[in-house]
Amino acid sequence: MPTAQPEIESSSEARSEDYLWTLNFGPQHPATHTTLRLVLKLEGERVVDAVPEMGYLHSGFEKIAEHLTFNQYVTVTDRMNYISPMANNVAWHHSVETLLGVTLTPRCTYIRTIVAELARISDHLLSNGAVGLDTGAFTYFLYAFYQREVIYDIFETLCGARFTNSYTRVGGVSHDFTPLVIEKIRAFVKTFPKTLNDMQRLLNRNRIFVDRTQGVGILTKEEAINRGATGPVARASGVTRDLRRDDPYLAYSDFDFQISCASAGDCYARYLIRMQEMRESLKIVEQAIEHLPSGPVNVGNDERTTLPTKNQVYSTIEGTISHFELSMSNRGFEVPCEESYAAIEAPNGELGFYIVGDGEDQAYRARCRPPSVLNFAMFPHLIRGHTLSDVVAVLGSLNIIAAELDR
Amino acid sequence: MTNTSDTGTETVIENAHVRVLNAFCGPVESSIYRKQQRVIVPTEKSFDALSLLKDRGFDLFIDVTCVDYLEYRKAKHRYGLVYLLASTMNTERLTVRLFVDDPQPTVASVVPLWEAANWLEREVWDLFGINFTGHPDLRRLVMPEEFTAHPLRKDYPLQGRGERHNFPVITRDHS
Repeated sequence: MPTAQPEIESSSEARSEDYLWTLNFGPQHPATHTTLRLVLKLEGERVVDAVPEMGYLHSGFEKIAEHLTFNQYVTVTDRMNYISPMANNVAWHHSVETLLGVTLTPRCTYIRTIVAELARISDHLLSNGAVGLDTGAFTYFLYAFYQREVIYDIFETLCGARFTNSYTRVGGVSHDFTPLVIEKIRAFVKTFPKTLNDMQRLLNRNRIFVDRTQGVGILTKEEAINRGATGPVARASGVTRDLRRDDPYLAYSDFDFQISCASAGDCYARYLIRMQEMRESLKIVEQAIEHLPSGPVNVGNDERTTLPTKNQVYSTIEGTISHFELSMSNRGFEVPCEESYAAIEAPNGELGFYIVGDGEDQAYRARCRPPSVLNFAMFPHLIRGHTLSDVVAVLGSLNIIAAELDR
Repeated sequence: MTNTSDTGTETVIENAHVRVLNAFCGPVESSIYRKQQRVIVPTEKSFDALSLLKDRGFDLFIDVTCVDYLEYRKAKHRYGLVYLLASTMNTERLTVRLFVDDPQPTVASVVPLWEAANWLEREVWDLFGINFTGHPDLRRLVMPEEFTAHPLRKDYPLQGRGERHNFPVITRDHS
């Protein structure tokens, strides 16, 4: 254990550190939600120091990336931040397409924007719901989870999978939007604000919740930048950085939306930011679904970047040829011997992939820049001086996903 | 690394950061690929160069990672370290690369500059075995403490070297 044990001195007077009590929190604890471990040094109820440990869910995703093709690896990205897998899919193929230099069709950028924003909503719902759950607001969690279920249903209609979507492909997506999907998304856009208002009324001025989160785990702006915070955690501390606005990828430059920011930097501010971001995401989804461009969803067959649909494979000679050209191990994509980094604003922060290509259609190296690692690294800084019961509030507000943390 | 880029060197020189780096640590190799500005700095001057870049507005440390060029065609060095920098004031980004070699791949830690580098450098140490001098707490991050190899190196097989089968089995009596 890295926390140094106080040495026993010969004097009869006990030192102040001798009263410290070490508590092992996790890796299997309901409030860690996943497998992460904290070694807490307590003085009574107060946390003097915390040592986070990780790696319990390490599965070598980056090593696997060197052995799977660009299209196969998307199934692994599903399992990184598994509460918003769509966002990971979009991030992965955004990075791959940056390396390959593939330009998407307008319809595809809109579709990816919509699914990424729906993923953001479902991520924030679970994240805020878990904060509510950990601080005693169970009803709130159920409200949140019901709406997540609606989003799952949309994804299931869209691509057949509720959880591990593996939706994107190089140069496109696996399934185009059908009228039923559009109808379901429209229904969601219409009904969700009502639930969001209910949720806001349940918790925003709830005395117990506010007391437990306000002023807890304060992250100043300077520290947020120094510790590499991105996403809602950084924006709750006053860092006005959002890649959707600063570096508009996909179709974000077409939409009217606000970047939510707060200056308090505590758990309550992070909660409020997530609530507000859901409203903004909903605005983006609404605009995108109403202005969804027509036309092909995937980059054309001629370019030989996207796998053709099964219909094309079985009924056209071009489709068959493209399919085999892309599937055969000695053909595939034209990958430059280059390296590039591309990131998206994932629900948790900047999620990017640094990909090294060496001419093969597997990545030579695919580094995932996980926002959870940087968020978890700042945990001891946030918890020092607070009580043991605040651990779950801070942990929940950082929204640490162990599968993305460890990869 | 002999990497071809889309644009020539004329536009590269125009970048103010590159010009300053050139003045600071001799002519640095810089290139642009997919609109991303990249520079290669000498390893021994990496800390000072990154410190200089931090003062020039790259206040947000995005990532540090490593690439093992063991099987890479035409590679001259074994490991390439990649620092991704960004700014919270504007949308500028910069990729700083440097190379280290066996045995004893060593580079200066940038934790004194950015606290964010702390765990990221630990991860690079864990998975690649790059030693960061000046790091306050260089322990393994994701692999177990008793692990001896660095699994993201290219000479480490995908299936591992049987470590998993030799993990000690903890019985109820011994736990």
